[in-house]
Amino acid sequence: MAGALRQVEDLHLVNLTKKFGDAAAVDDLTLTIAAGSFFALLGASGCGKTTTLRMVAGLEDPTAGTISIGAKDITNLRAFQRPVNTVFQSYALFPHLDIFENVAFGLRRRGIKDVKTPVNQMLELVELSAMARRKSTQLSGGQQQRVAVARALINEPDVLLLDEPLGALDLKLRRQMQIELKRIQNEVGTTFVHVTHDQEEAMTMADTVAIMNAGRIEQMGNPAAIYELPKTVFVANFLGQSNLIAGTAQGRNGDDILVSAHGQTYVVPAARSTAPGVAVIVGVRPEKMTVLDAADGHRAPDAHNKIAGRVTDVSYAGVSTQYLVRTPWDQELTVFEQNVIVGDRRSVGDEVLLHWATEHTFGLDGAQDVHAGVSPEVLDLEVAASALESRGT
Amino acid sequence: MSPILVAEQAKPVVVAQRRSRTGYILLFPGMTWLAIFFAIPFITLFMTSLQQPVPGKIGKYQAGFELSNYANAMAEYWPQFLRSFVYAGIATLLALVIAYPLAYFIAMKGGRWRPLLLVLVIAPSFASFLLRTYAWRTILSDEGPITSFFNALHLLPDDRILNTGIAVVAGLTYNFLPFMILPLYAALEKIDPRLIEAASDLYASATTTFRKVTWPLSLPGVVAGTLLTFIPAAGDYINAELLGSTKDRMIGNVIQTNFIEFRDYPTASALSFVLMAVILVMVFTYIRRAGTEELV
Repeated sequence: MAGALRQVEDLHLVNLTKKFGDAAAVDDLTLTIAAGSFFALLGASGCGKTTTLRMVAGLEDPTAGTISIGAKDITNLRAFQRPVNTVFQSYALFPHLDIFENVAFGLRRRGIKDVKTPVNQMLELVELSAMARRKSTQLSGGQQQRVAVARALINEPDVLLLDEPLGALDLKLRRQMQIELKRIQNEVGTTFVHVTHDQEEAMTMADTVAIMNAGRIEQMGNPAAIYELPKTVFVANFLGQSNLIAGTAQGRNGDDILVSAHGQTYVVPAARSTAPGVAVIVGVRPEKMTVLDAADGHRAPDAHNKIAGRVTDVSYAGVSTQYLVRTPWDQELTVFEQNVIVGDRRSVGDEVLLHWATEHTFGLDGAQDVHAGVSPEVLDLEVAASALESRGT
Repeated sequence: MSPILVAEQAKPVVVAQRRSRTGYILLFPGMTWLAIFFAIPFITLFMTSLQQPVPGKIGKYQAGFELSNYANAMAEYWPQFLRSFVYAGIATLLALVIAYPLAYFIAMKGGRWRPLLLVLVIAPSFASFLLRTYAWRTILSDEGPITSFFNALHLLPDDRILNTGIAVVAGLTYNFLPFMILPLYAALEKIDPRLIEAASDLYASATTTFRKVTWPLSLPGVVAGTLLTFIPAAGDYINAELLGSTKDRMIGNVIQTNFIEFRDYPTASALSFVLMAVILVMVFTYIRRAGTEELV
């Protein structure tokens, strides 16, 4: 494709702000999206990710700040003047036009006479050549989605914006389309900016993920790097799950910080801690922990962080088993264990010892709410569960 | 086979029979209504249009097969026929031009005022049709501000509006405007605003977006609105009667006078029949053209 050969340039957002009344949907956002990258804006609904995308598309005017592609400031260009195209959430295919005309729409508006060759090429890329003369209503969700991608990509935009493009598809089709979109992006080399609330989608597809919360970017980087080392409680809870224990820093031991919580000391590598003061939240991902029967506790390496507890729930999920373990201070921790050993599962009520390598531990600023980034529904469930339990005992 | 089994198997058949019978029972009132108030009058009208006069008795007719009624009626009244369609056509076009921006505004920018604005569109219909048409006599009267204004500009061929074709067309446009606005509104309101955004994202300016997306998607409303305006306007006689002179008579007036004043029932029936047939043919060609070319 011509797109791969073309010089693409970085997208710069500088101090971008959008206010609706007094509330800032996007709050002083500064961001550079590298040319040719697959960039995901990840966040819960209402975090400002769609507003950001719409401002780049020109469908929403920023209250302040600038948007530029390379050296060219596009902030004041109208939507139809920008070298940017969008794949809309509900596809927004034109119902009065067939698939061919939908895809040709952008070319025709720019006065290109010979649309036949590029449209057919594009339909081939999204594997819909046979559907050219159908109406969009005659296509399945996945096919409509591909038409929407083709209709945007055919214009060879500098930046392709995708607004929750897979939101309306069922799980299996969504996985398939994730791979498909990734393939198309590799093929055309255009910068893709993808807005989603699905963390798995963001992690599997994007080179760079930016996690947005309340109009700001909480953390940005390579998906694995963010997952392994979240810098805020919000990120730790929003991207995957985390076990977070609030404690107090007692001092340092070489490159490690010693944090005490509930009468126990945890080792946090100083390089993996973002806590500025003595209040530190000790964090670890559930799959990094190992479960041992309390009786086998001596088998845990001395250098590991350890927590004793009692199993309160076991859910078997094929690949792994999820344990809920209640600590002596009544906090419930989550542990994922790969199902690799036969007949080794623990049951509810078992006394266990959890341990994990210190280099998997991360430290967060203790001034934050430990529930930040947990979806409200989950939080409600937890409150209800603990209320039930306290009534029972 | 045990009796229970038999009973269970028989049940669905009974239910199915009862269901189909329920359908006929529900259809009955509607069909009866149609038969009494449409089919029978329709046949009567057709038979009347072929009647011949009873010799020696004025205003009395007997059954016959007088096809010449049609030829005579058309020969005598074709100018009024033509005028009806021209007036109704102009009124429909004017109504479309007035109604489209209004419906567009209510549908796209009305927001929470939409229900109120729609009520305002219909509100004039709360007063009687006759009364509103009479009001136009005052509005367009020779000494009225509108006539004076256009006279000052020397735009009026007869130096007046009332009792001319202009007044008749104005009355028709005004009276049938809500029938244009409402279907247009319904069609425009259904358009997904994201389609407009998608068009502007795909390099279409506001005018192109309207031409290529909004207008084609609103066509069902345009077709419905023009039909709902044109059909009653073509058959109307009140506006020509109250706002026009004898030179501006439409076919509705001719039919009315033939029935009520001349008591020439066969001619009036023949004219009614031709009017119906012409409108039907026009409507079908129109729908077919609009339907195959652009309608969804």
